[in-house]
Amino acid sequence: MDPLESIKVTFFQECDELLADLEAGLLALESGQGDSDTINAVFRAVHSVKGGAGAFGFEPMVKFAHVFETALDAMRSGSLAAETDTLKTMLRASDVLADHVQAAKGQGAVDEARTLTMAEELAALTAPPETALGSVAPMGAAADEPPTDEWGFRPLKMAIDGPAEDGDGWTLIMRPKAEMYAKGDDAAILLRELGRLGPCEASFEDSALPEFDFLNPEASYLVWRVKIPGDVAEAAIRDVFDFVGDECPIDLTRGEAAALAPGPVAPVVDIDALLQAAKAETAASAPKPLAAAAPAPSGEDPAAKDSAKAPGPGAAATIRVDLDRVDRLIDLVGELVINQAMLQQRVGESDLARSSTVAIGLDELEQLTREIQDSVMAIRAQPVKSVFQRMPRLVREIAGSTGKQVRLVTEGENTEVDKTVIERLSDPITHMLRNAIDHGLETPEERMAAGKPAEGVVRLAALHRSGRIVLEVSDDGKGINRKRVREIAVNKGLIGADAQLSDDEIDNLIFLPGFSTATVVSNISGRGVGMDVVKRSIQALGGRISISSQPGRGSTFTLSLPLTLAVLDGMVVTAAGQTLVAPLTAIIETLQPKPGEVRPLGPRGAVLAVRGAHVPLIDIGVALGWRDIPIDPTAGVTLLVESEVGGRAALVVDAIQGQRQVVIKSLESNFQRVEAIAAATILGDGRVALILDVDAVIDARFLERIEPVSLAKAS
Amino acid sequence: MDQIENSHDEFELISFCIGDQEFCLDIMAVREIRGWTQATPLPHSPSYVRGVINLRGAVLPILDLKTRLGLGVTEVSPRSVIIVVHIGGRLVGLLVDAVSEILATTKASIQPTPNVACDTVNRFVRGIIALEGRMVSWISLDHILPEQEAAEAA
Repeated sequence: MDPLESIKVTFFQECDELLADLEAGLLALESGQGDSDTINAVFRAVHSVKGGAGAFGFEPMVKFAHVFETALDAMRSGSLAAETDTLKTMLRASDVLADHVQAAKGQGAVDEARTLTMAEELAALTAPPETALGSVAPMGAAADEPPTDEWGFRPLKMAIDGPAEDGDGWTLIMRPKAEMYAKGDDAAILLRELGRLGPCEASFEDSALPEFDFLNPEASYLVWRVKIPGDVAEAAIRDVFDFVGDECPIDLTRGEAAALAPGPVAPVVDIDALLQAAKAETAASAPKPLAAAAPAPSGEDPAAKDSAKAPGPGAAATIRVDLDRVDRLIDLVGELVINQAMLQQRVGESDLARSSTVAIGLDELEQLTREIQDSVMAIRAQPVKSVFQRMPRLVREIAGSTGKQVRLVTEGENTEVDKTVIERLSDPITHMLRNAIDHGLETPEERMAAGKPAEGVVRLAALHRSGRIVLEVSDDGKGINRKRVREIAVNKGLIGADAQLSDDEIDNLIFLPGFSTATVVSNISGRGVGMDVVKRSIQALGGRISISSQPGRGSTFTLSLPLTLAVLDGMVVTAAGQTLVAPLTAIIETLQPKPGEVRPLGPRGAVLAVRGAHVPLIDIGVALGWRDIPIDPTAGVTLLVESEVGGRAALVVDAIQGQRQVVIKSLESNFQRVEAIAAATILGDGRVALILDVDAVIDARFLERIEPVSLAKAS
Repeated sequence: MDQIENSHDEFELISFCIGDQEFCLDIMAVREIRGWTQATPLPHSPSYVRGVINLRGAVLPILDLKTRLGLGVTEVSPRSVIIVVHIGGRLVGLLVDAVSEILATTKASIQPTPNVACDTVNRFVRGIIALEGRMVSWISLDHILPEQEAAEAA
């Protein structure tokens, strides 16, 4: 990859993080949890985006970021109060900034008009306290700020040069590197040499100087700017640097090129301003190793102390790793697990004693393998925050277009889940939030009439529950109109007119294909994608979705997904001569039915009595089409399973082989989705075994006999 | 046939037997040829899907080409082989009775499929190659896999 391109990629990655920080900070301020540190962090985020954008020449972004930054700076200095209205404006501004970043990535375009109005709104925030001149200047002269030194892109500054003194002397900028000092050379010597050429004026810039705590005494942070009389030959100046070469890069230009500090005369005046900037800069870039080195000028250090809670250098040592490498590692570990199981099986089949060293060694290998696998999986575990933080914007936009007032509350955003799952969470959450706001919440007037606050609350929560991640999207709206849902289902022929359904069952009718309650198709949720599609995509991940609702008090979507899509704890069973894996999470218990507990129901059906409740019996061999006649349940074993939609059922299998962690292999990568099968795996004997989609098996039955045999909700 | 630009360019086909008929495939689509392994049957799948096998850690669907072509069910024998082919981005195994040889041919020597008023032939046979008194049908892989839509609707 072109080096500049790869830097750009890094920049965009950082932008995403910075934008997330920005939004999170603004939201914290809005909810009254923020303090001056939060404001500083928000300011730094915008400032860093601006700096990077400048380095890559994204001019519109720089301009907008600058206006934004000006407003934030006013807030930071206290001249602009962090009021709700102001923060709402800033949140919208952060959306616009995010659009700019997207556009710079080449995804989507920037709405110029929106940018302009937004910029005006932002400028208006700070306009009153400032003079007319003050508010105009920032718009045009975006690059007059100290550049973000983490990029070292000072050349940009030269392009938009300051008030050039028309003197034709030389301007020399020298940036000594740490290596130069390491070899015993010194900037002072160079300056003295330059001084011999003629009367020079030197000044230095210390904006790269970190605060004292982060100062590396062996690093170089200072940049010198020397004005040399015009009659000195260029070669003579360059000769001075002959010995230091690359270790002290120089920029030599005619005239007054860069407006670092106004001149040699008054560096003292500017130090305060530079320090202000330096604090912001260093806080943002402190953990990064700076490539420069210099003796520490000590005078200013104490001033830097009050800077914000910058992430300390030791706080989180992280590295960025290409996802492909991690995936490859995961694949390999998967192979290792299969191989290990294969080996164990072979050894088990041989006549070796259990206590033999080989068997003991194998046990240890198994433990190690499992640990390696857990560790590798942990690498990919990520907090759901990355998905959650995209949602406030979505909610603002939906609220805006529906005219409803919505407050989004998120909980458990640090809940970790495998990357494969994270990637697929966004769509269902988006859809559920849309539904909650569009269908669930009432208009402010309706809410007032119902005696509720005008602002609706939508809650998005994540938590771990029994080895799965559970996501809940709940609203405090009107709840599901069961009468209407039922009518629609009957009208569309989804259920019989005389079907007896419990409230829960009616609520869950909205997941049936071909069901859509919106009489008028709105562009929010009714764009042809129904909840059935959401459900199907979630089932494809081995997940479940359900809804519960209380009239007048709101509805809750509950979505549960496996923590990873790479491995699964399963029960290995046989049915009709085939080996199958049933996900352990779906199984409540295994039962050996006694003759009296199995009762026929209807011409073909049968139920199993489990502690007073009756659950339908499903013969897996028949359900999968491997045999026509169910086996006698008392001759086999039953797995009592639970689905969040279809309730409980007892799956009849021939025998149980044991529990095992299996590596999930997609059937879709080389084939396609197979009904009632979640995925495949490879067992110790090297053969492929199918992983049962328990919900689908129960679900198929559920739809078949929608005239429900009371769904025996035990417990 | 589009990928063969020049009619004088030679290209290679791999020929195999199904029952008493000879068929061939573009050799570029073939990744490997391996012996028969017992496949794990897939539920609710078309009859020509024999199941899936483990190909070095990947799950490989096996299609009985004989059934797919409407010629009955392959009786697995020691000579039976699985031809692993690329179809789109997928790897698929085709069960055939035996692999015979590699044929070098040119586009010019391929005759259009005679119209025998058979849907299966129209769908799966791209052309005919006449060879020393034998006739080899050139199989098109485009429609070999089950139609996704049909499966969705099921």
